[in-house]
Amino acid sequence: MKLYGATVSWNVTRCVVALEEAGAEYQIVPIDFATAEHKSPDHLACNPFGQVPAFQDGDLHLWESRAICKYVARKHKPDLLREGNLKESAMMDVWLEVEANQYTAALNPILYQCLVSPMFGGTTDQKVVEENLEKLKKVLEVYEARLAKHKYLAGDFLSLADLNHVSVTLCLLATPHASLFDPYPHVKAWWDGLMARPSVQKVAALMKPSA
Amino acid sequence: MATSAVKVYGWAISPFVSRALLALEEAGVDYELVPMSRQAGDHHRPEHLARNPFGKVPVLEDGDLTLFESHAIARHVLRKHKPELLGTGNLEQAALVDVWFEVEAHQLSPLAIAIVVECIFTPFLGRERNQAVVDENVEKLKKVLEVYEARLSKSKYLAGDFLSVADLSHFTIMHCFMATEYAALVDALPHVSAWWEGLAARPAAKKVAEFMPVGTAGASKKHD
Repeated sequence: MKLYGATVSWNVTRCVVALEEAGAEYQIVPIDFATAEHKSPDHLACNPFGQVPAFQDGDLHLWESRAICKYVARKHKPDLLREGNLKESAMMDVWLEVEANQYTAALNPILYQCLVSPMFGGTTDQKVVEENLEKLKKVLEVYEARLAKHKYLAGDFLSLADLNHVSVTLCLLATPHASLFDPYPHVKAWWDGLMARPSVQKVAALMKPSA
Repeated sequence: MATSAVKVYGWAISPFVSRALLALEEAGVDYELVPMSRQAGDHHRPEHLARNPFGKVPVLEDGDLTLFESHAIARHVLRKHKPELLGTGNLEQAALVDVWFEVEAHQLSPLAIAIVVECIFTPFLGRERNQAVVDENVEKLKKVLEVYEARLSKSKYLAGDFLSVADLSHFTIMHCFMATEYAALVDALPHVSAWWEGLAARPAAKKVAEFMPVGTAGASKKHD
C-alpha cells in the first residue's frame, strides 16, 4: 500500500493512524508541493483533485483521507467499523461525520491560523482563532457528555470515529491552545487513552509538529 | 417482526433533511416526517437537544436508534435495506463508493451550498446576495465539475457502473443548485448533465423534489 503526501498534513497523517492501527504494510511517498508535483499527471491519476493524500493498493487508486481510512480498516481491521452490526456501524458513522463536520470543521481554521499561515510568512488572525475556539468548546461540551456515558465515541468499542480525531488533535498540541481539553475530564481521559496507543505514538513522532 | 416507526425530524426544504428522506424513499421504508420550525427555533429546544446534542436537523429515529448527521443517516438506512448501494461485500466497490461520498461532502457541496445560499436563501436571511462569494465559488465549482465530467465519461455512475449512495447523496444539494442560474454549469457538461437527469428522474427523487420547492430563481426548464 502506498500513501502519497507529506506528514506535515493532518489529512495525510489521519491515514497513517489507520494504517498503523490496522497493522498494514505501507509506504509513505512524499509529494512535493513546491515543485507542483501534486499537479503532475502521475499524481492526478491518483487524485484527480490534485490534493493529498492519495493512496494506491495494487490497481486501486483512492483519495479523500476518510475514504482511505475506511478502506484500510475494512481490509485489515474491520472491527474498527463494525459493519456487520447495524446499530454499532450506525453510531460509528454518526461520530465519523461529527469528527468531520463539527470537530475538525472548527479545529481546521485554528490549525491553519496558528500553524500553516506562519509557515508561509503570514500572520495569525486571532479573531478567526477566537471564533473557532468558541465553536470548538461547544463541541467539546457535547463530547464530554457523550464520553461520560461511553468509553469511546461510537459506544464501548474503539472505532475509526475515535481514530480519525488523532491527527488534527496532535496538531492542536503544537498550538498555544494545547490545554483546551483540560476543563473536560472525560474528553481528556479519552484523548490520553488514544495517546497511549503505540500507533498514535508512532504518528506523533512522524509529525514532529513545529512550534 | 415488530414494526418500529421510523421518524425523521426537521424541515424538508433543507437539503440535509431531504437527503435522509431520499434514502428512506429509495429504501422503500415507511416513515413519518415530524415537522420542525427553524424560525421558531425548535432545534434549540431541550426535546431536540436530547435527540441531537448539536442542535441540528435531520434526526432519524429507527426503533431504539437515534441518529443525526444526514450522511450517516443515509448510510444507515441503505445499509439496512439496500446494502448493495454501499458496495457492501466488495472491497473495491465499497472503497469507490466511499471516495465519491466524501467528494460530494468536501469538494462539491461546500461550493454548491455557498452559491445556493447567496442565490436562493439570502432573502430569508434578510440580506443582499454577495456576488463576489458567488463568483469565487462558481470558478471553483467549474473545476470540480470537470473532474466529475471526466469520471462520468468513463462510468455510468460515480463509483462505477452501479448506482450507489455516492450518487444519491448529491441529489438534494444539486436540486437546489439546479434552480439557480448557474445550472448552466451542469448543462454544459454532457456526462454530468446526463447523470443528473438520470438521478432526477428516479421516482424517489421526484417525490423528494416536491418537498423542496426551490425552483423560483433563475433559468429553468422542467416544471411539472
